[in-house]
Amino acid sequence: MAEAVSRDGLRDEPRELRVKPIKNGTVIDHIAGGQALNVLKILGISGTTDATVSVVMNVESGKLDKKDIVKVEDRELKEDEVNRIALIAPAATINIIRDYKVVEKRHVDLPGEIVSVVRCQNPNCISNTSEPIKSRMLVKAKNPVLLRCIYCEQPLTDRLAEYLI
Amino acid sequence: MSLGFRSSGMAGDPTVFLIISRRSIIFFPVEMATMFKKRHVLSMREFSREEIDSVLDLASSLEPFARGKKSDMLAGKILALLFFEPSTRTRMSFETAMKRLGGGVINLGPAEGSSISKGESLADTVRVIGGYADALVIRHPKEGSARLASEFSPVPVLNAGDGAGHHPTQTLLDLYTIKKDSRLEDLSIALVGDLKYGRTVHSLAYALSLYGADITLVSPLSLRMPEPIKSDLSSKGTRVRETCDLNEVVNNVDVLYMTRIQRERFPDPVEYKKVASSYRLTPEFLANARKNLIIMHPLPRVDEIAPAVDATFHARYFQQSFYGVPVRMALLKMLIGGGA
Repeated sequence: MAEAVSRDGLRDEPRELRVKPIKNGTVIDHIAGGQALNVLKILGISGTTDATVSVVMNVESGKLDKKDIVKVEDRELKEDEVNRIALIAPAATINIIRDYKVVEKRHVDLPGEIVSVVRCQNPNCISNTSEPIKSRMLVKAKNPVLLRCIYCEQPLTDRLAEYLI
Repeated sequence: MSLGFRSSGMAGDPTVFLIISRRSIIFFPVEMATMFKKRHVLSMREFSREEIDSVLDLASSLEPFARGKKSDMLAGKILALLFFEPSTRTRMSFETAMKRLGGGVINLGPAEGSSISKGESLADTVRVIGGYADALVIRHPKEGSARLASEFSPVPVLNAGDGAGHHPTQTLLDLYTIKKDSRLEDLSIALVGDLKYGRTVHSLAYALSLYGADITLVSPLSLRMPEPIKSDLSSKGTRVRETCDLNEVVNNVDVLYMTRIQRERFPDPVEYKKVASSYRLTPEFLANARKNLIIMHPLPRVDEIAPAVDATFHARYFQQSFYGVPVRMALLKMLIGGGA
Protein backbone atom coordinates (compact mmCIF):
# COMPACT_ATOMS: atom_id res chain seq x y z
CA MET A 1 0.00 0.00 0.00
CA ALA A 2 1.33 3.39 -0.91
CA GLU A 3 2.10 5.62 2.05
CA ALA A 4 -0.59 8.15 2.68
CA VAL A 5 0.45 11.80 2.70
CA SER A 6 -2.09 13.85 4.52
CA ARG A 7 -2.66 17.54 4.00
CA ASP A 8 -1.72 18.23 7.60
CA GLY A 9 1.80 16.99 6.99
CA LEU A 10 1.63 13.68 8.86
CA ARG A 11 3.02 11.05 6.56
CA ASP A 12 2.77 7.79 8.43
CA GLU A 13 -0.94 7.34 9.09
CA PRO A 14 -2.28 4.27 7.29
CA ARG A 15 -5.16 5.28 5.04
CA GLU A 16 -7.71 3.05 6.79
CA LEU A 17 -7.07 4.72 10.15
CA ARG A 18 -6.80 8.26 8.96
CA VAL A 19 -8.86 10.91 10.56
CA LYS A 20 -10.05 13.82 8.51
CA PRO A 21 -7.41 16.55 8.25
CA ILE A 22 -8.16 19.53 10.43
CA LYS A 23 -8.37 23.06 9.12
CA ASN A 24 -7.06 24.86 12.19
CA GLY A 25 -5.71 23.60 15.48
CA THR A 26 -3.01 21.33 16.88
CA VAL A 27 -1.95 17.82 15.97
CA ILE A 28 0.11 15.95 18.54
CA ASP A 29 1.92 13.11 16.82
CA HIS A 30 4.30 10.36 17.94
CA ILE A 31 2.67 9.86 21.31
CA ALA A 32 3.75 6.50 22.74
CA GLY A 33 1.06 3.88 22.05
CA GLY A 34 -1.70 3.89 24.67
CA GLN A 35 -0.86 7.30 26.17
CA ALA A 36 -3.28 9.48 24.17
CA LEU A 37 -5.90 9.65 26.91
CA ASN A 38 -3.26 10.64 29.46
CA VAL A 39 -2.10 13.36 27.07
CA LEU A 40 -5.67 14.69 26.99
CA LYS A 41 -5.70 14.60 30.78
CA ILE A 42 -2.47 16.62 30.96
CA LEU A 43 -3.94 19.16 28.56
CA GLY A 44 -7.06 19.44 30.69
CA ILE A 45 -9.28 18.15 27.89
CA SER A 46 -12.13 16.12 29.35
CA GLY A 47 -15.45 14.81 28.08
CA THR A 48 -17.05 18.19 28.73
CA THR A 49 -14.80 20.12 26.35
CA ASP A 50 -16.37 22.12 23.53
CA ALA A 51 -13.43 21.53 21.21
CA THR A 52 -13.59 18.90 18.48
CA VAL A 53 -10.98 16.32 19.46
CA SER A 54 -9.89 13.29 17.45
CA VAL A 55 -7.90 10.50 19.03
CA VAL A 56 -6.19 7.75 17.08
CA MET A 57 -4.58 4.99 19.10
CA ASN A 58 -2.04 2.26 18.39
CA VAL A 59 -1.21 3.23 14.85
CA GLU A 60 1.79 1.36 13.47
CA SER A 61 4.81 3.61 13.38
CA GLY A 62 8.37 2.96 12.30
CA LYS A 63 9.71 5.31 14.97
CA LEU A 64 7.76 4.08 17.97
CA ASP A 65 6.39 0.68 16.96
CA LYS A 66 2.92 1.85 18.00
CA LYS A 67 1.89 5.44 18.35
CA ASP A 68 -1.13 7.55 19.21
CA ILE A 69 -2.20 10.79 17.58
CA VAL A 70 -4.38 13.55 19.06
CA LYS A 71 -5.94 16.34 17.02
CA VAL A 72 -7.51 19.33 18.71
CA GLU A 73 -9.44 21.61 16.38
CA ASP A 74 -9.52 25.38 16.61
CA ARG A 75 -7.07 25.50 19.48
CA GLU A 76 -3.36 26.24 19.18
CA LEU A 77 -1.69 24.76 22.21
CA LYS A 78 0.87 26.98 23.90
CA GLU A 79 4.44 25.90 24.50
CA ASP A 80 4.10 25.47 28.27
CA GLU A 81 0.97 23.35 27.76
CA VAL A 82 2.55 20.97 25.30
CA ASN A 83 5.86 20.68 27.11
CA ARG A 84 4.10 18.97 30.00
CA ILE A 85 3.26 16.18 27.57
CA ALA A 86 6.94 15.21 27.65
CA LEU A 87 6.26 13.67 31.06
CA ILE A 88 4.63 10.66 29.42
CA ALA A 89 5.35 11.14 25.72
CA PRO A 90 8.91 12.45 25.34
CA ALA A 91 9.00 11.71 21.59
CA ALA A 92 5.79 13.62 20.81
CA THR A 93 5.82 16.25 18.09
CA ILE A 94 3.49 19.22 17.98
CA ASN A 95 2.09 20.48 14.70
CA ILE A 96 0.25 23.78 14.61
CA ILE A 97 -2.19 23.77 11.70
CA ARG A 98 -3.60 26.82 9.95
CA ASP A 99 -5.78 26.47 6.88
CA TYR A 100 -4.79 22.79 6.52
CA LYS A 101 -1.08 23.62 6.51
CA VAL A 102 1.55 22.87 9.13
CA VAL A 103 2.80 26.31 10.07
CA GLU A 104 4.88 25.21 13.04
CA LYS A 105 6.36 21.90 14.07
CA ARG A 106 8.28 21.36 17.29
CA HIS A 107 9.37 18.70 19.75
CA VAL A 108 8.27 18.68 23.37
CA ASP A 109 10.78 19.55 26.07
CA LEU A 110 10.14 19.27 29.78
CA PRO A 111 10.54 22.53 31.70
CA GLY A 112 12.60 22.67 34.90
CA GLU A 113 9.50 22.66 37.08
CA ILE A 114 6.06 21.11 36.59
CA VAL A 115 3.18 22.80 38.40
CA SER A 116 -0.28 21.30 39.00
CA VAL A 117 0.19 18.37 36.62
CA VAL A 118 1.34 15.47 38.81
CA ARG A 119 0.58 14.99 42.48
CA CYS A 120 3.17 13.75 44.94
CA GLN A 121 3.03 10.00 45.50
CA ASN A 122 3.87 10.44 49.18
CA PRO A 123 0.51 10.30 51.00
CA ASN A 124 2.03 12.14 53.96
CA CYS A 125 3.25 15.07 51.87
CA ILE A 126 1.81 18.48 52.78
CA SER A 127 0.93 18.97 49.09
CA ASN A 128 -1.65 16.18 49.41
CA THR A 129 -3.70 18.12 51.97
CA SER A 130 -6.20 20.97 51.71
CA GLU A 131 -3.50 23.63 52.15
CA PRO A 132 -3.72 26.45 49.56
CA ILE A 133 -0.73 25.28 47.48
CA LYS A 134 -0.21 23.70 44.07
CA SER A 135 1.65 20.49 43.43
CA ARG A 136 5.17 21.43 42.30
CA MET A 137 7.71 18.97 40.90
CA LEU A 138 11.30 19.72 39.99
CA VAL A 139 12.46 17.89 36.87
CA LYS A 140 15.75 16.26 37.92
CA ALA A 141 16.20 14.14 34.77
CA LYS A 142 14.41 13.98 31.43
CA ASN A 143 15.29 10.55 30.08
CA PRO A 144 14.06 8.62 31.92
CA VAL A 145 11.94 11.24 33.64
CA LEU A 146 12.80 11.80 37.31
CA LEU A 147 10.71 14.29 39.26
CA ARG A 148 11.23 15.43 42.84
CA CYS A 149 8.46 16.98 44.92
CA ILE A 150 9.50 20.48 45.90
CA TYR A 151 7.80 20.07 49.29
CA CYS A 152 8.72 16.64 50.66
CA GLU A 153 11.64 16.06 48.23
CA GLN A 154 10.50 12.51 47.48
CA PRO A 155 11.31 11.31 43.97
CA LEU A 156 8.66 10.27 41.48
CA THR A 157 10.01 8.03 38.76
CA ASP A 158 7.57 5.42 37.57
CA ARG A 159 3.81 5.15 37.14
CA LEU A 160 3.65 8.88 36.42
CA ALA A 161 0.34 8.52 34.63
CA GLU A 162 -1.30 7.26 37.85
CA TYR A 163 -0.47 10.51 39.60
CA LEU A 164 -1.72 12.93 36.96
CA ILE A 165 -4.00 15.53 38.51
CA MET B 1 24.93 45.39 70.52
CA SER B 2 26.96 47.05 67.82
CA LEU B 3 28.67 45.57 64.80
CA GLY B 4 31.82 46.46 62.97
CA PHE B 5 34.58 45.29 60.69
CA ARG B 6 38.25 44.70 61.20
CA SER B 7 40.33 44.89 58.08
CA SER B 8 42.91 42.27 57.24
CA GLY B 9 45.24 45.07 56.34
CA MET B 10 44.32 45.25 52.67
CA ALA B 11 42.00 48.07 51.72
CA GLY B 12 38.43 46.93 51.10
CA ASP B 13 39.02 43.40 52.33
CA PRO B 14 37.40 43.03 55.73
CA THR B 15 38.01 39.53 56.99
CA VAL B 16 36.69 39.63 60.50
CA PHE B 17 33.32 40.69 61.82
CA LEU B 18 32.83 41.79 65.39
CA ILE B 19 29.81 41.26 67.57
CA ILE B 20 30.19 43.62 70.49
CA SER B 21 27.74 42.84 73.23
CA ARG B 22 27.74 44.41 76.65
CA ARG B 23 30.20 41.89 77.99
CA SER B 24 32.01 40.33 75.08
CA ILE B 25 33.47 40.50 71.63
CA ILE B 26 33.40 37.61 69.18
CA PHE B 27 35.37 37.40 65.96
CA PHE B 28 34.22 35.52 62.88
CA PRO B 29 34.47 35.89 59.08
CA VAL B 30 32.30 38.60 57.61
CA GLU B 31 30.71 36.23 55.07
CA MET B 32 29.30 34.23 57.94
CA ALA B 33 27.25 37.15 59.17
CA THR B 34 25.64 37.85 55.84
CA MET B 35 25.12 34.48 54.13
CA PHE B 36 22.07 33.54 56.19
CA LYS B 37 20.34 36.89 56.30
CA LYS B 38 16.63 36.26 55.83
CA ARG B 39 17.18 32.69 54.75
CA HIS B 40 15.16 29.72 55.90
CA VAL B 41 16.63 26.52 57.34
CA LEU B 42 14.56 23.73 55.79
CA SER B 43 16.78 20.90 54.60
CA MET B 44 20.45 19.92 54.69
CA ARG B 45 20.31 19.68 50.90
CA GLU B 46 20.43 23.47 50.85
CA PHE B 47 23.67 23.69 52.83
CA SER B 48 27.10 23.75 51.23
CA ARG B 49 30.05 22.44 53.18
CA GLU B 50 31.28 26.01 53.64
CA GLU B 51 27.94 27.06 55.11
CA ILE B 52 27.94 24.13 57.50
CA ASP B 53 31.47 25.00 58.60
CA SER B 54 30.40 28.59 59.29
CA VAL B 55 27.50 27.50 61.47
CA LEU B 56 29.73 25.12 63.43
CA ASP B 57 32.45 27.77 63.87
CA LEU B 58 29.97 30.32 65.15
CA ALA B 59 28.40 27.71 67.44
CA SER B 60 31.83 27.10 68.92
CA SER B 61 32.22 30.82 69.60
CA LEU B 62 28.82 30.92 71.26
CA GLU B 63 29.31 27.89 73.49
CA PRO B 64 30.22 29.99 76.56
CA PHE B 65 26.83 31.70 76.26
CA ALA B 66 25.10 28.34 75.97
CA ARG B 67 26.73 27.48 79.29
CA GLY B 68 25.29 30.54 80.97
CA LYS B 69 27.47 33.54 80.14
CA LYS B 70 25.17 36.56 79.85
CA SER B 71 24.36 38.00 76.44
CA ASP B 72 21.93 40.48 74.91
CA MET B 73 22.75 39.67 71.28
CA LEU B 74 19.10 38.97 70.43
CA ALA B 75 17.50 41.42 72.87
CA GLY B 76 14.16 42.62 71.56
CA LYS B 77 13.81 39.66 69.15
CA ILE B 78 10.97 37.15 69.40
CA LEU B 79 11.09 33.49 68.37
CA ALA B 80 7.78 31.65 67.79
CA LEU B 81 7.65 27.90 68.46
CA LEU B 82 5.03 26.01 66.45
CA PHE B 83 5.15 22.38 67.51
CA PHE B 84 2.35 20.24 66.10
CA GLU B 85 4.08 17.09 67.32
CA PRO B 86 5.60 16.28 70.70
CA SER B 87 9.13 17.49 71.35
CA THR B 88 11.32 17.90 74.39
CA ARG B 89 14.94 18.47 73.40
CA THR B 90 14.37 20.42 70.19
CA ARG B 91 11.69 22.71 71.62
CA MET B 92 13.49 23.37 74.90
CA SER B 93 16.92 23.85 73.34
CA PHE B 94 15.52 26.41 70.88
CA GLU B 95 13.87 28.17 73.80
CA THR B 96 17.09 28.05 75.81
CA ALA B 97 19.17 29.28 72.86
CA MET B 98 16.88 32.27 72.34
CA LYS B 99 16.66 33.19 76.01
CA ARG B 100 20.40 32.78 76.64
CA LEU B 101 20.99 35.34 73.87
CA GLY B 102 18.56 37.77 75.48
CA GLY B 103 15.58 37.17 73.17
CA GLY B 104 11.99 36.18 73.94
CA VAL B 105 9.90 33.17 72.98
CA ILE B 106 6.21 32.76 72.17
CA ASN B 107 4.65 29.32 71.98
CA LEU B 108 1.73 28.00 69.95
CA GLY B 109 1.00 25.46 72.68
CA PRO B 110 -1.08 22.35 72.10
CA ALA B 111 -2.95 22.38 68.78
CA GLU B 112 -6.22 21.53 70.56
CA GLY B 113 -6.31 24.92 72.25
CA SER B 114 -5.40 26.95 69.16
CA SER B 115 -6.94 28.08 65.89
CA ILE B 116 -5.71 24.81 64.35
CA SER B 117 -8.54 22.99 66.12
CA LYS B 118 -10.95 25.36 64.34
CA GLY B 119 -9.67 24.15 60.99
CA GLU B 120 -7.22 26.94 60.19
CA SER B 121 -4.71 26.01 57.50
CA LEU B 122 -1.01 25.87 58.27
CA ALA B 123 -0.49 28.57 55.65
CA ASP B 124 -2.77 31.00 57.52
CA THR B 125 -1.28 30.07 60.89
CA VAL B 126 2.27 30.91 59.81
CA ARG B 127 1.15 34.13 58.12
CA VAL B 128 -0.46 35.29 61.34
CA ILE B 129 2.25 34.18 63.77
CA GLY B 130 4.96 35.40 61.40
CA GLY B 131 3.56 38.86 62.11
CA TYR B 132 4.22 38.45 65.82
CA ALA B 133 7.77 37.10 65.69
CA ASP B 134 11.19 37.52 64.07
CA ALA B 135 11.52 33.82 63.21
CA LEU B 136 9.41 30.66 63.36
CA VAL B 137 10.44 27.18 64.44
CA ILE B 138 8.07 24.53 63.16
CA ARG B 139 7.63 20.82 63.77
CA HIS B 140 4.75 19.19 61.91
CA PRO B 141 3.73 15.60 61.09
CA LYS B 142 3.50 16.21 57.33
CA GLU B 143 6.56 16.06 55.10
CA GLY B 144 7.16 19.36 53.31
CA SER B 145 5.29 21.39 55.94
CA ALA B 146 8.30 23.58 56.74
CA ARG B 147 8.76 24.43 53.07
CA LEU B 148 5.09 25.37 52.83
CA ALA B 149 5.55 27.54 55.94
CA SER B 150 8.52 29.27 54.32
CA GLU B 151 6.35 30.20 51.32
CA PHE B 152 3.81 31.98 53.49
CA SER B 153 5.88 33.27 56.40
CA PRO B 154 7.12 36.87 56.37
CA VAL B 155 10.04 35.86 58.62
CA PRO B 156 12.68 33.06 58.53
CA VAL B 157 11.45 29.52 59.17
CA LEU B 158 13.51 26.83 60.86
CA ASN B 159 12.44 23.25 60.25
CA ALA B 160 12.43 21.32 63.51
CA GLY B 161 11.20 18.11 61.89
CA ASP B 162 8.61 17.57 59.15
CA GLY B 163 7.20 14.05 59.46
CA ALA B 164 9.76 11.55 58.23
CA GLY B 165 11.39 14.32 56.19
CA HIS B 166 14.12 16.62 57.45
CA HIS B 167 15.47 17.83 60.76
CA PRO B 168 18.40 20.03 59.72
CA THR B 169 19.14 21.56 63.13
CA GLN B 170 19.55 18.04 64.55
CA THR B 171 22.00 17.25 61.76
CA LEU B 172 23.98 20.40 62.44
CA LEU B 173 24.28 19.56 66.13
CA ASP B 174 25.29 16.01 65.19
CA LEU B 175 28.03 17.40 62.95
CA TYR B 176 29.10 19.76 65.72
CA THR B 177 29.42 16.82 68.13
CA ILE B 178 31.47 14.82 65.61
CA LYS B 179 33.71 17.82 64.92
CA LYS B 180 34.24 18.50 68.63
CA ASP B 181 34.82 14.94 69.78
CA SER B 182 36.07 13.15 66.65
CA ARG B 183 36.73 14.53 63.17
CA LEU B 184 34.56 15.36 60.16
CA GLU B 185 37.02 14.61 57.37
CA ASP B 186 37.47 10.98 56.30
CA LEU B 187 35.27 9.76 59.09
CA SER B 188 34.24 6.14 59.44
CA ILE B 189 30.71 6.06 60.85
CA ALA B 190 28.04 3.40 61.37
CA LEU B 191 24.40 4.50 61.34
CA VAL B 192 22.41 1.95 63.31
CA GLY B 193 18.73 1.11 63.73
CA ASP B 194 15.79 2.61 61.88
CA LEU B 195 17.33 3.84 58.65
CA LYS B 196 14.06 3.73 56.74
CA TYR B 197 11.87 6.13 58.71
CA GLY B 198 14.59 7.92 60.72
CA ARG B 199 14.82 11.47 59.39
CA THR B 200 17.98 12.27 61.38
CA VAL B 201 20.05 9.58 59.68
CA HIS B 202 18.89 10.61 56.20
CA SER B 203 19.99 14.20 56.72
CA LEU B 204 23.18 13.21 58.55
CA ALA B 205 24.25 10.77 55.82
CA TYR B 206 23.70 13.45 53.21
CA ALA B 207 25.72 16.04 55.17
CA LEU B 208 28.56 13.58 55.85
CA SER B 209 28.79 12.87 52.14
CA LEU B 210 30.08 16.45 51.80
CA TYR B 211 33.05 15.51 54.02
CA GLY B 212 34.02 12.25 52.31
CA ALA B 213 32.75 9.94 55.03
CA ASP B 214 32.85 6.16 54.92
CA ILE B 215 29.31 5.15 55.94
CA THR B 216 28.14 1.72 57.11
CA LEU B 217 24.40 1.26 57.35
CA VAL B 218 23.34 -1.24 60.04
CA SER B 219 19.64 -2.10 60.16
CA PRO B 220 17.13 -4.94 59.99
CA LEU B 221 16.31 -5.79 56.38
CA SER B 222 12.89 -4.17 56.62
CA LEU B 223 14.35 -0.87 57.88
CA ARG B 224 17.06 -0.33 55.31
CA MET B 225 17.78 3.15 54.06
CA PRO B 226 15.56 4.00 51.05
CA GLU B 227 17.20 3.33 47.70
CA PRO B 228 16.96 6.92 46.36
CA ILE B 229 18.93 8.21 49.36
CA LYS B 230 21.61 5.54 48.92
CA SER B 231 21.89 6.33 45.21
CA ASP B 232 22.20 10.00 46.05
CA LEU B 233 25.08 9.23 48.44
CA SER B 234 26.85 6.97 45.97
CA SER B 235 26.53 9.57 43.23
CA LYS B 236 28.46 11.95 45.47
CA GLY B 237 31.29 9.45 45.76
CA THR B 238 30.45 8.39 49.33
CA ARG B 239 31.46 4.86 50.28
CA VAL B 240 28.30 3.15 51.55
CA ARG B 241 27.90 -0.44 52.65
CA GLU B 242 25.02 -2.25 54.33
CA THR B 243 24.79 -4.99 56.93
CA CYS B 244 22.39 -6.34 59.50
CA ASP B 245 25.17 -7.30 61.91
CA LEU B 246 26.38 -4.64 64.34
CA ASN B 247 29.14 -6.95 65.66
CA GLU B 248 30.75 -6.83 62.27
CA VAL B 249 31.32 -3.07 62.34
CA VAL B 250 31.57 -1.92 65.95
CA ASN B 251 35.35 -2.32 66.17
CA ASN B 252 36.10 -0.54 62.91
CA VAL B 253 34.41 2.84 63.15
CA ASP B 254 35.09 6.25 64.70
CA VAL B 255 31.43 6.99 65.39
CA LEU B 256 28.53 4.70 66.25
CA TYR B 257 25.29 6.60 65.64
CA MET B 258 22.45 4.69 67.30
CA THR B 259 18.77 5.42 66.63
CA ARG B 260 15.50 4.38 68.17
CA ILE B 261 13.16 2.17 66.19
CA GLN B 262 10.27 4.63 66.07
CA ARG B 263 6.94 3.01 66.84
CA GLU B 264 5.04 6.13 65.68
CA ARG B 265 6.39 5.91 62.11
CA PHE B 266 5.18 2.33 61.49
CA PRO B 267 1.90 2.04 59.59
CA ASP B 268 1.57 -1.55 60.84
CA PRO B 269 2.15 -2.34 64.57
CA VAL B 270 2.92 -5.97 63.70
CA GLU B 271 5.83 -4.85 61.58
CA TYR B 272 7.07 -2.71 64.48
CA LYS B 273 7.07 -5.66 66.88
CA LYS B 274 9.11 -7.73 64.45
CA VAL B 275 12.04 -5.31 64.54
CA ALA B 276 11.76 -3.54 67.93
CA SER B 277 14.85 -4.19 70.08
CA SER B 278 16.90 -5.40 67.10
CA TYR B 279 20.06 -3.83 68.54
CA ARG B 280 21.15 -3.31 72.12
CA LEU B 281 24.52 -1.78 72.87
CA THR B 282 26.21 -2.91 76.12
CA PRO B 283 29.72 -2.22 77.57
CA GLU B 284 30.71 -5.82 76.70
CA PHE B 285 29.89 -5.10 73.10
CA LEU B 286 32.46 -2.31 73.12
CA ALA B 287 35.36 -4.32 74.58
CA ASN B 288 37.39 -4.24 71.35
CA ALA B 289 36.15 -0.93 69.99
CA ARG B 290 38.56 1.80 68.88
CA LYS B 291 39.86 3.74 71.85
CA ASN B 292 38.49 7.02 70.53
CA LEU B 293 35.12 5.65 69.37
CA ILE B 294 32.23 7.95 70.24
CA ILE B 295 28.64 6.79 70.57
CA MET B 296 25.90 9.20 69.57
CA HIS B 297 22.10 9.05 69.71
CA PRO B 298 19.53 11.76 68.86
CA LEU B 299 17.51 10.66 71.92
CA PRO B 300 15.11 9.68 73.32
CA ARG B 301 16.45 6.14 73.62
CA VAL B 302 14.37 3.14 74.57
CA ASP B 303 16.57 0.09 75.01
CA GLU B 304 19.08 0.36 72.18
CA ILE B 305 21.81 1.66 74.52
CA ALA B 306 22.10 0.02 77.95
CA PRO B 307 22.39 2.57 80.81
CA ALA B 308 25.76 1.00 81.74
CA VAL B 309 27.21 2.45 78.53
CA ASP B 310 26.58 5.97 79.85
CA ALA B 311 29.58 5.72 82.16
CA THR B 312 32.03 4.70 79.43
CA PHE B 313 34.38 7.14 77.72
CA HIS B 314 32.57 6.48 74.45
CA ALA B 315 29.16 7.87 75.42
CA ARG B 316 28.49 11.32 73.90
CA TYR B 317 24.70 11.44 73.56
CA PHE B 318 24.01 13.73 76.51
CA GLN B 319 26.79 16.07 75.43
CA GLN B 320 25.36 15.87 71.91
CA SER B 321 21.98 16.92 73.26
CA PHE B 322 23.54 19.96 74.98
CA TYR B 323 25.28 20.99 71.77
CA GLY B 324 21.83 21.67 70.36
CA VAL B 325 21.90 24.94 72.28
CA PRO B 326 25.05 26.57 70.79
CA VAL B 327 24.20 25.29 67.32
CA ARG B 328 20.68 26.71 67.46
CA MET B 329 22.10 29.93 68.93
CA ALA B 330 24.36 30.19 65.89
CA LEU B 331 21.47 29.71 63.47
CA LEU B 332 19.29 32.24 65.26
CA LYS B 333 22.14 34.72 65.37
CA MET B 334 22.75 34.29 61.65
CA LEU B 335 19.08 34.44 60.69
CA ILE B 336 17.76 37.26 62.83
CA GLY B 337 20.63 38.89 64.62
CA GLY B 338 23.33 39.40 62.04
CA GLY B 339 22.49 42.83 60.73
CA ALA B 340 23.84 46.17 61.87
